[in-house]
Amino acid sequence: MAVSETVAATPPAATPTPPPPSRGRRGRNAAYWLYLLPGAVLFLLVIGAPLVGTLYLSLTKWSGIGDPRWVGLANYQQLLQDDVFWASFRNTIWMLVAMVVVPTVLGLLLAAVLFDVIGRRFKPRTAAALRAAFYLPQVLPVVVAGIVWGWILRPDGAFNSLLDAVGLGALRHDWLGDPGTALPAVMAVMIWVQIGYPVVVFMAALQRVDPELYEAAEVDGANWLHRFRAITLPQIRPETFVVALTCTIAALKVFGPIFALTRGGPDNATNVPSYFAYYTFFKKLQVGYGSAISMVLTLIIVVVAGVFIWMQARSERRDRGF
Amino acid sequence: MGVTLTPSTAPVTPARPVRDRHHRGVSRWVVLALVTLGALVMLVPFAFMLLNAFKSPGDYSSGGPLSWPTEFYTKGLRTYWTEVNFPLKFWNSAVIAGSVAVLGVAVSLLNAYALGIGRVRGRLWIVGLFLLANMLPQEALIYPLYYVAKQVGLYNTQLSVIIIFTVIQSAFGTYLLASVMGTFPRSLLEAAALDGAGKWTVLWRVVFPNLRPTLAVLLIFFFIWTWNEFLIPLVMLIDNQTQTIPVALASLQGDRLMDAPTTNAGALISLVPAILFFLIFQRTLARGITAGAEK
Repeated sequence: MAVSETVAATPPAATPTPPPPSRGRRGRNAAYWLYLLPGAVLFLLVIGAPLVGTLYLSLTKWSGIGDPRWVGLANYQQLLQDDVFWASFRNTIWMLVAMVVVPTVLGLLLAAVLFDVIGRRFKPRTAAALRAAFYLPQVLPVVVAGIVWGWILRPDGAFNSLLDAVGLGALRHDWLGDPGTALPAVMAVMIWVQIGYPVVVFMAALQRVDPELYEAAEVDGANWLHRFRAITLPQIRPETFVVALTCTIAALKVFGPIFALTRGGPDNATNVPSYFAYYTFFKKLQVGYGSAISMVLTLIIVVVAGVFIWMQARSERRDRGF
Repeated sequence: MGVTLTPSTAPVTPARPVRDRHHRGVSRWVVLALVTLGALVMLVPFAFMLLNAFKSPGDYSSGGPLSWPTEFYTKGLRTYWTEVNFPLKFWNSAVIAGSVAVLGVAVSLLNAYALGIGRVRGRLWIVGLFLLANMLPQEALIYPLYYVAKQVGLYNTQLSVIIIFTVIQSAFGTYLLASVMGTFPRSLLEAAALDGAGKWTVLWRVVFPNLRPTLAVLLIFFFIWTWNEFLIPLVMLIDNQTQTIPVALASLQGDRLMDAPTTNAGALISLVPAILFFLIFQRTLARGITAGAEK
């Protein structure tokens, strides 16, 4: 997989250049800065400056009109006492379960089964067709998927009709309208959206694994579960890191599905930080407060990404025996 | 969704001729049945959508969501098509995603040339910065972008969205291409330099042709990711003339026009381009991934 390989490839790239005669070398390399210029200017305009702008706004009160009023850390203090803020981050933990934990675990199992059992004992075409079914939701605009699911889960939607049809009519429910079931329903939709990604990445990863490892293990009498734990899991650990990292970032940032399914409701039962920030910016017109929410979310994402990359580097070093 | 690298359908490795007792066992059929059941569950929402996209409102209210349509009703599709001016929305999405894909790849290529081949000082930090930029929540950028776009007259223009996504996507592209170029054979570069080729010539005559498969994959990813983006187009594009397909569908949610069959018809129309791209690009993707893996 491209990403994991590149993650792995970056650190060594730092070392190999032999120390060149410094004057000529530096003179030659300096010309390359020109190539970085357009990207750097765009980067500063579209990402650097707005990020600093949001940081500044998070220290002010502002409705978007007139001049922002400096309030120091007041927005952050207010956040700590805001129940909606805490609810949104509690819901993020559930989003991590639905978008990272379940898809990664299920994805590992499915990929291993598709590759190892169905790809080998049946036709590879069968495995490819099944994989496509799991992957399909990943190619759709997630908002469109959210709108279809929103209709399916409505009180008069397809899911309740299905319950009626199989004689479980007693379970009919307003799945997204009841604070008790809205979050589990959204989580189920997110699992449906997300599952194809790990399946495809892990199946690609498994093609990298030397088949002789499995054959040797089979000869030694290892059953499927033994082989899964002793060979599959360790061999595709780099991909597991990448999947876990990208899914974690996606879960922390999730916005579109919440917007399409529930708009954070009912009663904040499915609110998440990014929707909370959007709502605070553009519906409540509290720009300073919205900026503070965004900065907290940014900080969490940066820390989480840092921890992931550090853990990956450490596990790679261990593998190389350092 | 942000950084989902979606390598799609590299062909599954052919079955190896290993024969053991499992081969004849029942267990493999049980496994196949379970996985197939799972795959069918994945497809159920699509079936619901198809079933109800071709149903008249009267048919829907009398028969419910699960009944078979009594007639092949296409008025819902046509209503959605004309009411939201779907061809225009399609064009808007295509212009935005297409421009971002091309510009994003160009910017990534230039950045990565300086970082991966030029090996400018501090490149690891710069690459790290780009990677981080790609992970930022868009909420941390959106208000200043929205405010400045209003000030300079870019609000509600496709250009604003194109510029923003060119930068966001190229942040990832730079990260990916910089590490691919870090492993570019130095001998090729040195040979070109001996022939007197300047840096610009080396980039276009040596580096670009060699990286073409990777660039193609990047182009496709940028296109699909931008096509599916939601928050920034939702904030930046506010009227019928400029909106993209997902924003158009979402802003009609709850509208009087959108009864259940029309909602499904609208969703169906909105999904078709994404599925078509996926099918068309599948082969390129598979090839690109393999090319990338060989390094």
